[in-house]
Amino acid sequence: MAQIETTGLSHSYQPQPGYPQDFVLKKLDLNLLDGHAYALLGPSGCGKSTLLRIISGLLQPTQGRIHFDGKDVTHLDARQRHVAEVFQFPVVYETMSVFDNLAFPLRNRGLDREAIAERVADVARLLDLTEQLTLKSAALSAGARQLVSLGRGLVRTDVNAILFDEPLTVIDPQEKWHLRTRLKQLHRQFALTMVYVTHDQTEALTFADTVMVMHNGRILQSGSPSELFERPEHTFVGRFIGSPGMNFLRCQFDGNAAIIGDQSIPLQKSYSADIDDHSCELGFRPESCTFSRDGSGIAAQLINVDCTSRRKIAYLDAAGSSICVSLPADQDIPADSHRIRIDPQRALLYSADRLVEESR
Amino acid sequence: MSVAKRNYPKAWLLVLPVVLMVAFNAVIPLMTVVNYSVQDTFGNNQFFWVGLEWFEEVLRSGRFGDALGRQLLFTTLVLLIEIPLGLMIALGLPKSGWRASSYMMLLALPLLIPWNVVGTIWQIFGRVDIGLAGSAINAVGIDYNYTQDALDAWITVIAMDVWHWTSLVALLCYSGLKSVPEVYYQAAAIDGASRWAIFRYVQLPRLRQVLIIAFLLRFMDSFMIYTEPFVVTGGGPGNATTFLSIDLVKLALGQFDLGQAAAMSLIYFLIVLLVCWLFYTIMSVGDSQPDTRQ
Amino acid sequence: MKFRKILPRAHVIFILLPVYWLVNMSFKSNQEILSTLSLWPQDFTLENYATILTDPSWYSGYINSLIYVLLNTVISVSIALPAAYAFSRYRFLGDKHLFFWLLSNRMAPPAVFALPFFQLYSSIGLFDTHLAVALAHTLFNVPLAVWILEGFMSSVPREIDETAQIDGYSFPRFFTKIFAPMIASGIGVTAFFCFMFSWVELLLARTLTSVSAKPISAIMTRTVSASGLDWGVLAAAGTLTIIPGMLVIYFVRNHIARGFAMGRV
Repeated sequence: MAQIETTGLSHSYQPQPGYPQDFVLKKLDLNLLDGHAYALLGPSGCGKSTLLRIISGLLQPTQGRIHFDGKDVTHLDARQRHVAEVFQFPVVYETMSVFDNLAFPLRNRGLDREAIAERVADVARLLDLTEQLTLKSAALSAGARQLVSLGRGLVRTDVNAILFDEPLTVIDPQEKWHLRTRLKQLHRQFALTMVYVTHDQTEALTFADTVMVMHNGRILQSGSPSELFERPEHTFVGRFIGSPGMNFLRCQFDGNAAIIGDQSIPLQKSYSADIDDHSCELGFRPESCTFSRDGSGIAAQLINVDCTSRRKIAYLDAAGSSICVSLPADQDIPADSHRIRIDPQRALLYSADRLVEESR
Repeated sequence: MSVAKRNYPKAWLLVLPVVLMVAFNAVIPLMTVVNYSVQDTFGNNQFFWVGLEWFEEVLRSGRFGDALGRQLLFTTLVLLIEIPLGLMIALGLPKSGWRASSYMMLLALPLLIPWNVVGTIWQIFGRVDIGLAGSAINAVGIDYNYTQDALDAWITVIAMDVWHWTSLVALLCYSGLKSVPEVYYQAAAIDGASRWAIFRYVQLPRLRQVLIIAFLLRFMDSFMIYTEPFVVTGGGPGNATTFLSIDLVKLALGQFDLGQAAAMSLIYFLIVLLVCWLFYTIMSVGDSQPDTRQ
Repeated sequence: MKFRKILPRAHVIFILLPVYWLVNMSFKSNQEILSTLSLWPQDFTLENYATILTDPSWYSGYINSLIYVLLNTVISVSIALPAAYAFSRYRFLGDKHLFFWLLSNRMAPPAVFALPFFQLYSSIGLFDTHLAVALAHTLFNVPLAVWILEGFMSSVPREIDETAQIDGYSFPRFFTKIFAPMIASGIGVTAFFCFMFSWVELLLARTLTSVSAKPISAIMTRTVSASGLDWGVLAAAGTLTIIPGMLVIYFVRNHIARGFAMGRV
């Protein structure tokens, strides 16, 4: 396994890119540590799959370089980079048996028969495929096919990293959970370097040590799942992570309190003074606000209520923005006038979409 | 395809025009042929029953056997050349862009030339006196004349068929190759597959269907070939290139030997049907595994 | 590696050489053809084309051919459409056998049917009409059209039909407004194939005509044997028969790849 570094990586699908919007990747500097599991999370079209294809060597970047363990591999193709990839649609060689599928990469590299049989048996055991080894791979379910394509990466001993391109898209829900646990286990057991591309935050947050949120060809924030949830560095990350995402309300900042309409929310933290008042927003999770019962708080209008088994989610209109409040299912929503109280401890201040750091 | 086909007897009404049209064109003439094949005439529209005599005559005569032998040899050679050649051409074609559509147009060109003009083109092209190929071959010192030498005639007729029909195989295979999703090539590259392994395990399995179609079409059409070789060689020199259809037309329209021609027609038609049915059955047995590709 | 790219080019050259020779010859006088062998006309002439385009017994052949080919294409496609729809959507008594029986007619050697066709169409008074050839060619074009169209129709999900039914479309309206546009390329490809096979066929067309509907290809064969072989005129006539095909190819060039797989891949 290897450490993967990119420097100034940019890519455009246009032959002669001129404008910044021609680029789907914009000067990425990444450092993916050996043995870590990473998730690239972002909406479709954000450039995450392009980044993956550049790492695997299926695509040559327009600018920038990639190093594996310090060695420049920018111009090596997929065959020479020794990476494994699991694609969105499970790729199995349909005319081959499961055994032959797993043996295929080893045969292509000229290993001898016994070594191949041994390796395949090991990997089949690992993935619970031992009983299916003699089956034609065309007969497998989507989930089992995806396991086989993962297995083709695992049998190889020379693999620098395993890349996943939204591997659970076509898998049944119950199989999804099973596969995800399996991946997590494999990662713990073998300390594999893994990069996992997805637009599904649950997948990303449960899978990865480090989640990188991508938007418009840039990485907005990279951190542990809890960091992303608690302290989004960008309003996009706040909105994208969590379900429902973070609420943002326009506010004015007077040095230690956020003022929204006639309400003042004391932030109990100190910030450096020069914040542009016009682009200030107060961010808070639907879980860190409640309905106030004493007449204080921000006036809001109830639009709709969604009940799931554990939480009750209220959609409201407050100070010209729509926000959500998430309550335990047994808590009632006041009948008449609605006012929202925000927990000042867990509210964050944003200016020009960026988190404003507290000064200590 | 989640919704199953519905049982609907009235669908017959939709099929009826086709059935009537084909029945008119196929059944009536076929009955006429059957009728001739069991009768004989001395003119004056007087016919009498001869039973299976014509069939025995055809099978005994040796003439039919010879024509059938030539036909089988021709069809085998043509299939052996055209199928691999067409497949290899398809593998080398560009996948998209203006170059791909130019290739499509150029390859399709021979398919849209009337068959007798195909014959005329090759008749001219191969002639020793005024043809490019004929004179060029003789100029390099090889004795070649398709009107006199049986082997030369065969070479010319086969070259013509390869010229005429390899495009069909190539276009069929090309469309099969287009159906291979790009991600399979990517996976194969990552698995370190060689060019041959990609062909064998990624491309060939997806070409099965079109190769069956190509084989069947080429078998049928080469087995029924008439116009092109007739224009070039007229079946000669001697009987060297007298294939089944040419022989049949000679018999029916040339000698007006209706009974024998009819019996021969039926045997001929049955052979084509039988081979196609056999091949189709064998190929669909291999097909019965669950097909789960997306 | 390089061989893969060379082969298609080599084959295209192989295809073009004989055609080039024909076109080359069509611009030479008969005298030049017989006296010298040259890669391009030494004495360029349009005489051969003038001969054909001014003589009704020549150019009427083209008109006759085009009439029955178009007639056949229209008949074949329009009766094959409902049948293909039935095969792709419904199960009914004998559907599988019927389908194979239809296809088996594609396997019938035209030589077998030449004489019976002559008698059949003579007896109903259609001998030497465009309609006779058009109808005769449905023998192999209708099964083919049903087969190709069935392939294209089966790739359209059956849910579409049901959704339209629920939305209150009558069947004819659904078929013409929704379904036909969805398989438009399939219909185009089918028409292309009908055109192609009817245009290239000679044996039946020649057998069923004598004067007023005689196809160009038959006129060509007659001239070869009778007129003491005017190679220049023959080459020009041949060249002219290639042109309609090239026009048709040009229009379907982007659908050819799919069409040749009969919509089944």
